[in-house]
Amino acid sequence: MDILLLKFLLLFSLALFFVSKKYQHALAFGIQIVLIALTSYWAVNTWLSDTPEQILSFLSIYGHPVNLRIDYLASFFILVVNFTMLTGMMYAKGYLKAYFEKKNQMEFGLHYFSFLWLHISMILVCSIHDGYGFLMTWELMSLASFFLVIFESENKETIKAGIKYLIQMHIGFAFLLIAFLYASASSNTGLGFDGLALYFSNHAPMPLFLLFFIGFGIKAGFIPLHTWLPHAHPAAPSHVSGVMSGVMIKIGIYGILRVLTYIHSDLLPIGVFILFISLGSGILGVTIAIAQHDIKRLLAYHSIENIGIIGIGIGIGIIGLALHIPILAVFGFAGGLLHILNHSLFKSLLFYAAGNVYQQTHTRNIEELGGLIKKMPKTAILFLLGSLAISGLPPFNGFISEFLIYFGMFKGLLVGDLHADILILAGFLSLVLIGGLAVFCFTKVFSIIFLGTPRSEKAKHANEVSNSMLLPKLFIGLLIVAIGFVPTLFIQPLNEVVKLFTGDLAIPVSINPLFYKIAVVYLLFVGLIIGLWLLRKRQQRKYDIKTGPTWGCAYEGADPAITQYTASSYADNLREFSNLAMNIHAHKVEFEETEIFPSEKEFASHSSDIFEENLIKHPTNRLLAYLEKIAVFQTGKLQHYLLYALIFIFIIFLLTVFKVI
Amino acid sequence: MMTVIGIILTLILSVLFPGIIAITKAKVSGRKPPFILQPLFDILRLFRKTTIYSTTTSFIFQLAPLVYFASVIIALLFIPFFGDTGVFSFEGDFVFFAYLLAFGKFFMIIGAMDTGSSFEGMGANREAFYSLLVEPAYFLLMGSLALLSNHISFADLFSALHFNTDLAYLVIPVSVYVFLFITMVENSRMPVDDPKTHLELTMVHEVMVLDNSAFDLALIHIAGWLKFVIYGTLIANFLINGQESILLKSLEFVGINIFFAILIGAVESFRARNKLAKNPQWIIMLSALAIIVFITTLIITSKLILN
Repeated sequence: MDILLLKFLLLFSLALFFVSKKYQHALAFGIQIVLIALTSYWAVNTWLSDTPEQILSFLSIYGHPVNLRIDYLASFFILVVNFTMLTGMMYAKGYLKAYFEKKNQMEFGLHYFSFLWLHISMILVCSIHDGYGFLMTWELMSLASFFLVIFESENKETIKAGIKYLIQMHIGFAFLLIAFLYASASSNTGLGFDGLALYFSNHAPMPLFLLFFIGFGIKAGFIPLHTWLPHAHPAAPSHVSGVMSGVMIKIGIYGILRVLTYIHSDLLPIGVFILFISLGSGILGVTIAIAQHDIKRLLAYHSIENIGIIGIGIGIGIIGLALHIPILAVFGFAGGLLHILNHSLFKSLLFYAAGNVYQQTHTRNIEELGGLIKKMPKTAILFLLGSLAISGLPPFNGFISEFLIYFGMFKGLLVGDLHADILILAGFLSLVLIGGLAVFCFTKVFSIIFLGTPRSEKAKHANEVSNSMLLPKLFIGLLIVAIGFVPTLFIQPLNEVVKLFTGDLAIPVSINPLFYKIAVVYLLFVGLIIGLWLLRKRQQRKYDIKTGPTWGCAYEGADPAITQYTASSYADNLREFSNLAMNIHAHKVEFEETEIFPSEKEFASHSSDIFEENLIKHPTNRLLAYLEKIAVFQTGKLQHYLLYALIFIFIIFLLTVFKVI
Repeated sequence: MMTVIGIILTLILSVLFPGIIAITKAKVSGRKPPFILQPLFDILRLFRKTTIYSTTTSFIFQLAPLVYFASVIIALLFIPFFGDTGVFSFEGDFVFFAYLLAFGKFFMIIGAMDTGSSFEGMGANREAFYSLLVEPAYFLLMGSLALLSNHISFADLFSALHFNTDLAYLVIPVSVYVFLFITMVENSRMPVDDPKTHLELTMVHEVMVLDNSAFDLALIHIAGWLKFVIYGTLIANFLINGQESILLKSLEFVGINIFFAILIGAVESFRARNKLAKNPQWIIMLSALAIIVFITTLIITSKLILN
């Protein structure tokens, strides 16, 4: 019955192409609500019914059954996907209004259709174990998101980013295909996840795991597999960047986690590998982010950073399993999994808020913004909330997941041996660094966009966006605060997912009082701030408030719009330290000694991704240059081509004469 | 019991702290020292002043000092007092402690940026950069102490330090040294920053609060003093054995903090300020020292066996 409804929804989504522009959003939203209700029911049912797995027969391809199997891992991801896709759809309504005149009915139809199918395919990817079905829905997911990215297809850069994305997704797909085929061929089982159990019980897991890691890692965006992210996210409309960064890249993590459930031997090298690639992604991701001026590109690099944090949690968890340190395993996995949920919340919030700014100012360059808090106070508060949460600061959700990872690491430090301790040392040091760099980055972004005075005309004429664009963000914000204040509500259900990896081990209930204490501290903190506020009110009633210009150190001629700190100057401190990663090139015209009346000077700086340059751009350029040399043969003259044929025949003739072939 | 006494003493000491530093500096440079409570009187006068807000600023600027002050007050409640826990104590509280202070700092930074002043931008930027660099040293040190004492909460960690093994005294001097300079970085004092230079271009903390006035400025100053004593108390925890009588512990506590204040005064009198561009390297040196502490701890706990 449920399956029939799902199939009907899949078919019914075609109707999007046949309704008028006005009702397309309503229809898509309606279909999505039913889809969410249905799949959330399945997901929640897994938890309530105490069955580790629900199996629903979905399709049968040539007599080959493809079932939906909803276990704890799948249902966790389905719930995360459902929430973010819901807010994405709600936000799209307001955001796409700006395009209403520009785009025709078919274009909108395709967009909503792709959005729905991205949602559907993500749910299917999480619940199909069969190889063919999985790969097909995986491909569907890539295609749907490709169409979403190229929404503004009249823009050449957008198409370029889209193609880049599509190609990289297919490289990932190829790795997955090879991995599945290899596993099924060498252990004589059917294509799919079920065959992996047999494969991993007989073979060394590392080579096959690496194949899977590359395939899924391109989706997730681990450095150095991340190069599509900083292009696709800025190119896509904001609600799409929000859901892509919020949940779609997590499907890559889902894949890695799914594969890990089948591996039970030789876990240590895998854990160490994941840990180190993750801490690299984390630190480099946030460092490169600091150098960015494009707000969405910056947020894209932060997604890489957060994938790194998730990976640190998972890596630490696997190391805990391998070295038999249960507390490390449990808290590592729990922290990593909770961070998946957390990142999906604050990252979508930040992307939607960045969308508000873009819609009002038509620029993504933060150097042109400033002072928006006065024009768009609600957006500013929501962006601030997201910034605090993503920096991992209490009392918000990002802190909870990082705290769980820290807790596991410090506990593990006590019982671990030398190897464990050194790995843990690397883990917590990088987590500390990532936290500090994130604070550095988000104080910069928030200040440059929302505080101070406007840096350009564009920023002067912004207005607050409509409530329909703020409402989904409010929902996300509430959940962020809820996880921050009462994390136990979320951690205990998560235990079932953790158990998939750790066997029977889970976060003990005895951790709850700790979080209650933290909640009390938060309440005290908030109370104290309110108390101080009231005290100051009293003081100010007695002694008055005056306003005046900002203190310019006794110099009043300066225009604050010009002299105030910019994003580049904020990042400059760090640049001297880590330009290897940030790769900033500055162009400036210096004053010359002979210049008595100085002419106009200019300064520009831009950052390019060092991995993209060295892994993709330089090799392809070199290959192209080499291929161009070969192209001298392509003269366009028929005579030459006949000559080539003749030479070829002649060579073959010679080779046979000398009995080489 | 010790907790209550400790918190009261902390509050009293925080008021005396800047006075002691000022007296030390005056004595060393041959000036007539001010009255010990002079800094407090200066602050009390601020409470009777008119507030001036820049027209550029928003509510962030007004919120920042309150959040900063509140974060320091709450952090104070986490400090253990020599065998007794702080008001709040749980496993991993030192992580929470650091993140809570970072929360306050986040607001101070955006508060400074809110004024749109280039000077305050510089200060804010440096504050963010230096605290990012100093954080690893703190975590490394706490990690080493956790390893040494087999506990991961402030109170247990410090109290176990004194009975576990005499070898702990190997790491205490270096830990105290690192902590001392973490304090200096966190409070933007010498050799990272000289609060008395009055050159906005090279200042860190002082330049961030150029636009704050009256009530807000008073809160910021008091928070700075409290932060000094908080770190002073953490350092005292290294040195004071929790099993002594309350009276003795209190005396030792006061003595150590006064000595700490005099030491800061002396450091500021005799030591030149770092070149601004060299500050990052200098701060990272603290992490390097902390790594040595960590390795020593590994050897003490015989996890790392040298032969």
